[in-house]
Amino acid sequence: MKKESKIPQRLIQLGVLLAILLVWWWGTLPGRINPLLLPPPAPVFKNFWLLLTTASIWPDLWVTVHEWIVAFLLASTTGCTLGYVISRSGYAVRVFDPLLAGLYSIPAILLFPLYLLFFGLGSGSKIAIGTTIAFFPIVLNTIAGLAYVDKAYIRAAQSMGANDFQLFWSVMMPAAFPVVLTGLRLGCIIAFLAILGGETISSLAGLGHRIVSLAENMESAQMFGNILFAILMAFIINGTVSYVEARGRRGMQ
Amino acid sequence: MNRTSTVIKVEGVSQAFGAEGDPRRVVALESATLDIPRGELLSLIGPSGCGKSTLLNIIGGLATPTTGRVTIDGVEVKGPSPQKVAYVFQENTLFPWRTVIDNVKLGMAFQGVSKSEREGRARESLEAVGMQDFANHFPGQLSGGMKQRVQLARALGLQTEIVLMDEPFAALDEQTRMVLGEDLSVLLARTGKTIIFVTHSLVEAVFLADRVAVLTARPGKIKKIINVEEPHPRKSNFMTSAKLGAMRNELYELLHDEIRKTMTLRAEVGGDK
Ligand SMILES: Nc1ncnc2c1ncn2[C@@H]1O[C@H](COP(=O)(O)OP(=O)(O)O)[C@@H](O)[C@H]1O
Ligand SMILES: [Mg+2]
Repeated sequence: MKKESKIPQRLIQLGVLLAILLVWWWGTLPGRINPLLLPPPAPVFKNFWLLLTTASIWPDLWVTVHEWIVAFLLASTTGCTLGYVISRSGYAVRVFDPLLAGLYSIPAILLFPLYLLFFGLGSGSKIAIGTTIAFFPIVLNTIAGLAYVDKAYIRAAQSMGANDFQLFWSVMMPAAFPVVLTGLRLGCIIAFLAILGGETISSLAGLGHRIVSLAENMESAQMFGNILFAILMAFIINGTVSYVEARGRRGMQ
Repeated sequence: MNRTSTVIKVEGVSQAFGAEGDPRRVVALESATLDIPRGELLSLIGPSGCGKSTLLNIIGGLATPTTGRVTIDGVEVKGPSPQKVAYVFQENTLFPWRTVIDNVKLGMAFQGVSKSEREGRARESLEAVGMQDFANHFPGQLSGGMKQRVQLARALGLQTEIVLMDEPFAALDEQTRMVLGEDLSVLLARTGKTIIFVTHSLVEAVFLADRVAVLTARPGKIKKIINVEEPHPRKSNFMTSAKLGAMRNELYELLHDEIRKTMTLRAEVGGDK
């Protein structure tokens, strides 16, 4: 197969972004869209630049990042542990795999009002919703990775005398690793999205909270600046996590 | 080499999958009986699905027979015996996340070889199969034939007296098979191991083996055993000799009826009952 150059792809992607910017600029020329609804690019980017260069966003950023990290750690420990326990028995896999997959298809954000009651308006409810949402892809991928390791590998290892520990450490784990890693990547990203979403619904602080209160105060340019900041963060998270995943895969070959 | 002492004894081994009365029950093997002397290379041929892999798995302790038993050196087989039996599988069972040499070493680690010994032994067995230059490659970077060589090296590295090979060359092209077959013959003549070699290639069966055992269609029984009187290692001119041709034809005659049987079985709906 010929390895195609990535330059045309990148140019097209850049072109689409520029086109969006152009439409935005044109639509917000004086006399067109009400600047309260959609301010022109210039003030938005000015605000965005201020967010990047001053420390004003840091307290809220820290709240969101802290919620996110805690949620991801909780989801990955519970998800991986439970996934491992379930994968140990074929019976448990047949019972719990479809059950968890079914629960995963329920929009977990519906639990958020309940979490607000349980854990309050602060970080607790955001951590809870982030954990809930990230838990499912992690547990499901852990089960998929561990329970469906190619039987031929297992037979080969057993024929050479592998004991249970060796089988798990040297065969099951590395065989399952790429699939588990994909679950962790998904969990990591959707935890962030869920927390941001939770914050915009009801919160005391955080990135989502800022955006909502700016909207309520009709500070459109500032609000869009913050949205750009959130988009930038999502981009960075996605890029970093995908990079870590690719590195992890290569490390295991 | 003492060819008179029996090392593997297969005594009336039957294997059925599924409960009795279940319409999906498959009787894979029916009272197969076989004695294999020390140092022999026995080829096992038979129609596809007649229970060759099943028999091999039972001998290797990876499966328990429904009735009958297998003994190795007089001891009944009750599970894998990694100290005595090594396997070469048809499918690629090299771990893709480990390099060639690490795959070979991992097998030894499973078997219990001390860490200090593994490197040297792994290099030796890779050399024996001509794969020493690929020690640090990953399996994904090798061709099918090379992977099978590495699987062979992994089995040899275990230094067992018995090697069970389940259609190790089945997935390879004709030319690669031929070369591997010749190399294998040379290699095995040196080691004096007891080997059971399952194949569906009649020529390969005769070319490699001291004896060829023909299985019937399912349920598999030993139909006939043919002696191949030809010194090891076999030269490539044996491949084209009239002698080999005649034996190949004899095997063909024996198998032909059996293969027909499996075909009619398959044609009938639910004919497996
Ligand atoms: N674990 C199993 N469960 C049910 N049927 C099996 C199982 N393993 C093998 N069989 C059946 O037993 C028969 C013999 O299989 P096998 O020994 O693999 O044949 P082959 O001679 O081609 O190696 C086949 O019909 C196969 O479908
Ligand atoms: Mg088979």
